[in-house]
Amino acid sequence: MTKTLLTLIATAMLSSTAIAAEIKPALVYGTGGKFDKSFNEAAYNGAEMYKKETGTEYRDFEPTSDTQGEQAIRNFASKGFNPVIAVSFAWTSAMEKVAAEYPDTKFVIVDSVVELPNVRSVVYNEAEGSYLVGLLAGMASKTGKVGFVGGMDIPLIRKFGCGYAQGAKSVKSDMQVFQNMVGTTGAAWNDPVRAGELTKNQIDQGADVIYAAAGASGLGVLQTAADNKKFSIGVDSNQNHVHPGSVLTSMVKRVDLAVYNAYKDLAEDKFTAGVQSNGIKDGGVVYAVDDNNKALITPEMKAAADKATADIIAGTVKVHDYMTDNKCPL
Amino acid sequence: MSTASVPLPNWISYGVLPVLNLLVAFFISGLVVWSIGENPFQALKLLIEGALGRGEAIGFTLFYTTSFIFTGLSVAVAFHAGLFNIGSEGQAYVGGLGAALVALALDHYVPWYVTMPFAVIGAALFGAAWAFIPAWLQAKRGSHVVITTIMFNFIAAALMVYLLVNVFIVPGKMAPETRTFLPGGQLPKLDWLMALFGMKLGPAPFNVSFIIALVMCYLVWLLIWRSKLGYEMRTLGISPSAAVYAGIPYSRTVIIAMLISGGLAGMMALNPVMGASARLQVEFVAGAGFVGIAVSLMGRSHPLGIVFAAFLFGILYQGGADLSFEMPNITREMIVVIQGLVILFAGALEYMFRPAVVRIYQTLSGK
Repeated sequence: MTKTLLTLIATAMLSSTAIAAEIKPALVYGTGGKFDKSFNEAAYNGAEMYKKETGTEYRDFEPTSDTQGEQAIRNFASKGFNPVIAVSFAWTSAMEKVAAEYPDTKFVIVDSVVELPNVRSVVYNEAEGSYLVGLLAGMASKTGKVGFVGGMDIPLIRKFGCGYAQGAKSVKSDMQVFQNMVGTTGAAWNDPVRAGELTKNQIDQGADVIYAAAGASGLGVLQTAADNKKFSIGVDSNQNHVHPGSVLTSMVKRVDLAVYNAYKDLAEDKFTAGVQSNGIKDGGVVYAVDDNNKALITPEMKAAADKATADIIAGTVKVHDYMTDNKCPL
Repeated sequence: MSTASVPLPNWISYGVLPVLNLLVAFFISGLVVWSIGENPFQALKLLIEGALGRGEAIGFTLFYTTSFIFTGLSVAVAFHAGLFNIGSEGQAYVGGLGAALVALALDHYVPWYVTMPFAVIGAALFGAAWAFIPAWLQAKRGSHVVITTIMFNFIAAALMVYLLVNVFIVPGKMAPETRTFLPGGQLPKLDWLMALFGMKLGPAPFNVSFIIALVMCYLVWLLIWRSKLGYEMRTLGISPSAAVYAGIPYSRTVIIAMLISGGLAGMMALNPVMGASARLQVEFVAGAGFVGIAVSLMGRSHPLGIVFAAFLFGILYQGGADLSFEMPNITREMIVVIQGLVILFAGALEYMFRPAVVRIYQTLSGK
């Protein structure tokens, strides 16, 4: 009896220490840089959120090349940081190597899948989120023409564009969707001027809602749309505040939650490896509504978006994911 | 009398002056570091340790060095013929395609030492092919090679992204890259070379292409200073009209110089593509082509100078990354500033201290 009691107490104590465990978190950004007002900044916000809540300091690093990214992930792991989070698909092969070298360290990769027992892969269904904002764009458009400006021409960004086009065409099947990419190099994530030029071009062709999925380049899209009194749609972070009244909504990818949850889960000893797929159902991708754009989203638009959300969750509407077959059915 | 024309012994021109420039560059960088509230001596210590402190660090430094030697040689060969090849970046990118195609075709069947010569030829051919059009336009149409090669960098980026996203990508994978090469398509690491010095290479990707780079240094030296073609190229570089008057065919020499330059740039791809990541990735060149311009300038377009300059930039790259890792206050933009200062003083302002040094030399030698 006493023995069982002691064991119970011991287990209770053990688990309580586990809850209060101190972690030494690290974060490696994509090459776009920390303050891109978009993808990387969302990760930064997640880490800051955790720091504010728990007082746990974290270390971060902004690599400039693939070799540096791998070095940074390995450096963090070898110095005892745990968990090590790498945001961006660019670190896939680096993660495969380093995670195998440090099996006791927990790793998280965002936007890609690494199949190792100590890696959590967080992916998002951007096609679904883009479908919703495409739907809103289609309803807000008076000309029947909407635009999409992507960053670098890679499958991930085509996935955004493809989901968006499907959403817009669900409103009106003859909806015209212009699609342009800023460039073919990493510089495309950080070229607001060229993004702005592409936007101007699409506006000249009649587009009146333009969706930007282009990292820091997207700021050029938002700016140009605001200058021309048209609507724009932000991406990754909530960008509604950038040009209130002109940014129709933002397709928010909750990368901040991915980072925050990973830290929290490890501190509470609840960390799980494997693929975490976040779609509309799990609140991983949402369209942002706040005080800045409340007036722009009419009750009909909201109703249509809610219905589409329900349909996607129920499975009656299937949004085609470009990356499954590298094709867009439109 | 102007001090510019006073001859100086080689040990001053090639030893004292570069070291002096480097010291000034580090001094100004130290002021920058100090101004943001960090200890410059601590920063310098971290930078040196990060680049040369352990076997692994040296391995990374030499990995970067290898890339910079190739691109430095590429720029230097064109420079000797009076051509400013800004296109090494794009030529290296396309060269990666040549290396990758060979690796993808052969890695199932043969060991690496059989693949390697074909890969060297493949990379060089593709790099040279990418330099051919700008070279032809320069030779026959007078389109300035600086402009055309810059433009070809963008075309190379577009072409490679198209191929990787649409053709080579492994279906279902997120990253646009080819499949991983089997060992038959990889260049092995130089662990044994590091072991000779009692150091462990660890995960650093220092590989056989370093040796290829050194061989190319020797071949470039032979070409430029010991061959008829090299003589023609140098003559053309010093005075095109004199060269033509002497009967040196302008178009042919320009095109050949650019082809060699492009081929050397293309070979740079062996290092990251077959030596490190064992796959062809988007943007694997990562600016090495542009660093090659600075390396060539600093190395006075001489292979030996290029090896030293490439090593210096290897230290700056690897040590810089380590520095910004250890001192989070020093952002990656700060590292670019420090690299820029070194280029400014060691490359662009190379003759700034020359008059003063000449005066001191004259006083001391009693002339």
